[in-house]
Amino acid sequence: MAGPALNIALKVDEKDNVSTIFSNNSTAGSEVTVRDKKGHTQVITLLSSVPYGHKIAIRDIKKGEHIIKYGESIGAATVDIPCGEYVHVHNMEALRGRGDL
Amino acid sequence: MGYSFMGYKRPDGRYGSRNLVAVIPSVICANDVGQAICRQVQGTVGFFHHQGCCQLPLDLRRVTDTLISLGKGPNVAAVLVVSLGCEGTDTDRLVREIEATGKPVKKIAIQELGGTSCAIKAGIDAAQELAMYASGLQREPADISNVVMSIKCGASDTTSGMASNCVIGYVADKMVDLGATVVFGETTEFLGGEHILANRAVGGPDGPVGCKIYDIVKKMEDRAKSIGEDMRGGQPTPGNIAGGLSSIEEKSLGAIVKSGHRPIQGVLEYPQFVENEKGLWIKDTPGREPEILTGMAATGAQFMLFSTGRGAPQGFPSMPVIKICGNPNTYEHLKHDMDLNAGRIITGEASIEEVGEEAFRKLLAVLNGEMTRNESLSYFGSMDIFCLGPVI
Repeated sequence: MAGPALNIALKVDEKDNVSTIFSNNSTAGSEVTVRDKKGHTQVITLLSSVPYGHKIAIRDIKKGEHIIKYGESIGAATVDIPCGEYVHVHNMEALRGRGDL
Repeated sequence: MGYSFMGYKRPDGRYGSRNLVAVIPSVICANDVGQAICRQVQGTVGFFHHQGCCQLPLDLRRVTDTLISLGKGPNVAAVLVVSLGCEGTDTDRLVREIEATGKPVKKIAIQELGGTSCAIKAGIDAAQELAMYASGLQREPADISNVVMSIKCGASDTTSGMASNCVIGYVADKMVDLGATVVFGETTEFLGGEHILANRAVGGPDGPVGCKIYDIVKKMEDRAKSIGEDMRGGQPTPGNIAGGLSSIEEKSLGAIVKSGHRPIQGVLEYPQFVENEKGLWIKDTPGREPEILTGMAATGAQFMLFSTGRGAPQGFPSMPVIKICGNPNTYEHLKHDMDLNAGRIITGEASIEEVGEEAFRKLLAVLNGEMTRNESLSYFGSMDIFCLGPVI
């Protein structure tokens, strides 16, 4: 296919297990092209609809496992999250600055 | 592979990317005279801040120190200090410490000279001599390890943390590896990410540098608390969550990523000038543009890389600011204010590394004298010095 793919997600560090979607057409069942820092790609099928600028799991993540973005932990999974699933405050939680930890 | 640029060699051995005569009012009350001088004399820029009197001694020292560092900056060929005569800053020390770098410094004082019109006349004559001197200087080759690069993000949006900040992080690593100095700030944006920065500190999170990082964040939070506000309340904001940020760690990391991955060598105080420090450094600054740009120019930075998503147009009088825009729509819309389009990362047309290399080529061009968009539009008038205490 010529030109950029329709559904783009960006992975900024090799260690990341989530990637951020930059597309307004990311519905369940659609395919997303995940691009890394060097421009290498991987295609993932979405399990849910995901808004522009939000994250998806790019591999299976177990409950309690760290969510990794920028190569660092941004929180932990509160349930098992399969590859292609939407990741946000409904299935992950911050580990810092939340007042109860 | 080594890289070099053509810079103006100063008597202290530093190299400037610009060759300006700085008009420095020692106090806000001298600004109008300084502005009249700058309007008349080519090659001058003014540091028209709003401090220097009726402040506590700590802040008055801070203002004097910051003005000294600005005058010492390698992009400044010569300095005209404009004094009122009764200001709280130490004008004699200001002149003396800039003179110690070997560059020409002149001073005029409004009360002593007989008021505004006399001071403007004397100032124009003095600035003209300095501008004539500067205009005769030539660029010469300098290794890139002579560079101090400052970085910042402003008017950010959801693309900043994923595109333009990642590009700056790539360039920051490359500049550190080439032996240059890289300085980042915005202590307010470390909240929730202190541990990540402290882990990157030389000596580890429990060493002096790691502890200092925790300390500057705590002091910033305490300043907010002292007026009854909690910096941490409600982070990330509902707007952040709607935009896709799931935790305070994620929000902070989106900003911190522009510092790259190299070890953090230490923390510089706001007015501090980089003497021989190499590698990656933090400067304790707020995030607001006039104050952080002043703080970064005071490090002696020859230029700044500035990441934006919504589109921030401004620069600084003596420091070219290269705008890297992460949002492809903003880039198209504000093309005349933006220098680089990192939005191509978001659309999948280019990788972070490709745009990173483009940014590196751009910064070499700017060091060699190519204008940034903000310079071409003379959009660099607003600056200020970040003070801690009350105005009295």
